Amino acid sequence: MKYIIYLVIGVFFGLIMYKSEAASWFRIYEMFRFASFHMYGIIGSALVIGIIGVQIIKRNNIKTLDGSKMSLAPKNKSIARYLIGGIIFGLGWALAGACPGPMYVLAGAGYSSILIVIFGAITGTFLYGLLKNKLPH
Amino acid sequence: MNFIYESLPWYVSGPLIALVMFVLLIIGKQFGMSSNLRTACAAFGAGKASDFFKFDWKAERWNLMLVIGAVLGGFIASNYISNNTVEINPVIVQELAENYNIKNAGETYLPKEIFGIKALDSPFIIAVLFIGGLLVGFGARYAGGCTSGHAISGLSNLQLPSLIAVIGFFIGGLIMVNFIYPLIF
Repeated sequence: MKYIIYLVIGVFFGLIMYKSEAASWFRIYEMFRFASFHMYGIIGSALVIGIIGVQIIKRNNIKTLDGSKMSLAPKNKSIARYLIGGIIFGLGWALAGACPGPMYVLAGAGYSSILIVIFGAITGTFLYGLLKNKLPH
Repeated sequence: MNFIYESLPWYVSGPLIALVMFVLLIIGKQFGMSSNLRTACAAFGAGKASDFFKFDWKAERWNLMLVIGAVLGGFIASNYISNNTVEINPVIVQELAENYNIKNAGETYLPKEIFGIKALDSPFIIAVLFIGGLLVGFGARYAGGCTSGHAISGLSNLQLPSLIAVIGFFIGGLIMVNFIYPLIF
């Protein structure tokens, strides 16, 4: 039963991704051609609200519903993994025209070809697990 | 009532995405849509091949529920509350038609030349889809997060690593669309 809340959040997230067109290949292409403000507006306005909210949480030491600390731990310091990993991700994001959230949304919208992208993403994750110790982090 | 079929403006979508992040924080989780890929690998038994997948994946089942929810959300949105068109910049519509022979920009949600069932007759398109996914999965785990984990969660928490990752996302995306697309499509 406790998982129902995640299902509901997932449905809400899926609706927003689809309705905002962030799940559309066309919007991703347009963004990387700097031809529209739409995607920058989505990410930017999410960030403005996000930054303000996280500051409020931190300054007032707001806890989770069950009274524990929120998952806002600082990320490990490194440049290589974030930059190289980020560039690889960006190449894929623009090639498939979808990032992980929208992939599932598009599967639900009935685009069967996206299953190949999801299969690729699982394979990529698996490959990373195999090569992790050989990569600069 | 026609407005419910229209696209959601950016100034509504962005804050709603932030809301998703806050709801997850309040119930003790972190917003990220790519860690479920690792959970999926672990659930398929990848722990036998690498320690990276040896963890209590059952404790991460919540993110698989999030995925199922996202699938349902996509189904509901596309079938009941969307006209399934994306009004992009007319300059881009023309550019796609002239340079890449993608003709249905502005009329459909995804280009049928890439995502249509007939497009799968082409091994090249299958490779594009698979390699695109491969890079997304590999890069997201290498960078420790994707658009939601770094560009939304991490940047909201003013994390420098997330800023580096997001700069990486854009370097990769810009190279792909502006330099590699003209070579391969």
